[in-house]
Amino acid sequence: MQYRQAKTGKLLIDILPNKCDFCGCCVGVCPEDAIELKEAEIYIIDSRCTNCSKCIWACPIEVIKFDKEGVPEKQVNK
Amino acid sequence: MKEEYDIIVVGAGPAGTIAAQYAAKEGSSVLVLEKDRDVGYPVRCAEAINREGLEAFIKPDPKWINAEITKFGFVAPNGKKVIIDLGKVEGYMLERRIFDYELAKIASEAGAEILTRTYVNGLILEDGKVTGVKYEFRGQQMEVRAKIVIGADGVESRVGKWAGLETCVDFRDMECCFQVTAANVQCDQDTLFFYFGKEVAPEGYFWVFPKGEGTANIGLGVSGGIGKKRSALSYLNSNLEKFFPTANILTQVAGGVPSVITLEEIAAPGIMLVGDAARQVNPLSGGGISSGMIGGSIAGKLAAQSIKNNNLNYIKKYPKEWHKARGKKHKILDKLKDGIYSFTDEQFNKLIESLIKLPSKKRTIGRFFIIALANKPSLLKEIVKVFVI
Repeated sequence: MQYRQAKTGKLLIDILPNKCDFCGCCVGVCPEDAIELKEAEIYIIDSRCTNCSKCIWACPIEVIKFDKEGVPEKQVNK
Repeated sequence: MKEEYDIIVVGAGPAGTIAAQYAAKEGSSVLVLEKDRDVGYPVRCAEAINREGLEAFIKPDPKWINAEITKFGFVAPNGKKVIIDLGKVEGYMLERRIFDYELAKIASEAGAEILTRTYVNGLILEDGKVTGVKYEFRGQQMEVRAKIVIGADGVESRVGKWAGLETCVDFRDMECCFQVTAANVQCDQDTLFFYFGKEVAPEGYFWVFPKGEGTANIGLGVSGGIGKKRSALSYLNSNLEKFFPTANILTQVAGGVPSVITLEEIAAPGIMLVGDAARQVNPLSGGGISSGMIGGSIAGKLAAQSIKNNNLNYIKKYPKEWHKARGKKHKILDKLKDGIYSFTDEQFNKLIESLIKLPSKKRTIGRFFIIALANKPSLLKEIVKVFVI
């Protein structure tokens, strides 16, 4: 499975493909060219991701997250 | 399909298909590659365009126009509303899935070939020059060569990056958007409504744009800096509950708008970027259709001339011509955006109040900004440049 992968640093960035809308915000802000986005398929390129979190902040629908406990996710009000 | 084309365009949005059309008209062989199965769908767009920007490229056709815009409405954080009457039709609401299709058809009639479900995943580079693209089609990895590649691959553009251009958008400049097209919505069919305020859409705006009787595009954008704390979707859900509790949602879509000035480099040997990929969006409004088409037309023409004259250096003229046509203006609009971003709710309330007090004939978009930035004289001069000249 190509989907959830990034593990270059201590943290893991997780894109939830079944919730993703494939809009491309994350790709636009990714400084490492570490996200592959096809018509309806998305995954992080393991070897490039540095866990910088910019994709998490830019995601309009909160489907990119760190998947470890204790790591700040978006403070969702609703 | 041929093994080699003069020009390959990556992406079949308006910027890409206009580039293809203009290049094909000049006699170049052109191939357009689109990753989605449909041209024009999904629609990641609020679908408003200004009249001049549209009519410069195509005659408005009821087939893909949902509404004619004669008014702007601004809603303050305290709920007060002001209408600016433009006096005549100054904008349109498009049906993008048909509009984009139409542009693709025109490009194809001009001689361009178009292929959908084709995912470009790399460039062919030789001696520091782009000479083609690598792509995936029906599960197979393939290649096709071209003298010039035009990257029209949108906000998620990677084509430029692969050619060594600096295309990354600072996350604070990314407007992260979410929009629904809703039925059972009461809204004026001749007015674009913009709502401001920290509650509805900080560092961005909440829009209600008409899509034909009883329907509207309702959405918002917030900057990535805001998105760090709370997402566009979360803001939109609250706004829908507050302003349109009876709305029935027909479509919903996420999207990103690179609200920045154009990239410093939009051309390199064998490659040009157009539209969102080049960050040719109007940074203030977030509108990118007309400016993308302008970028596409300039790039398409220059690319074809390069081919005709057998001199690929022609594409070096592109940044300068773009700058003259739109880029310069975008720099000013970007400053205005920064001015408006820093507004408090109180300032927005005051601004709308002072516009309400004006007789309706004196209410113009220019005046909106003149009042808004009255305490920033340096910006005032800039406003005059944009809205008067």
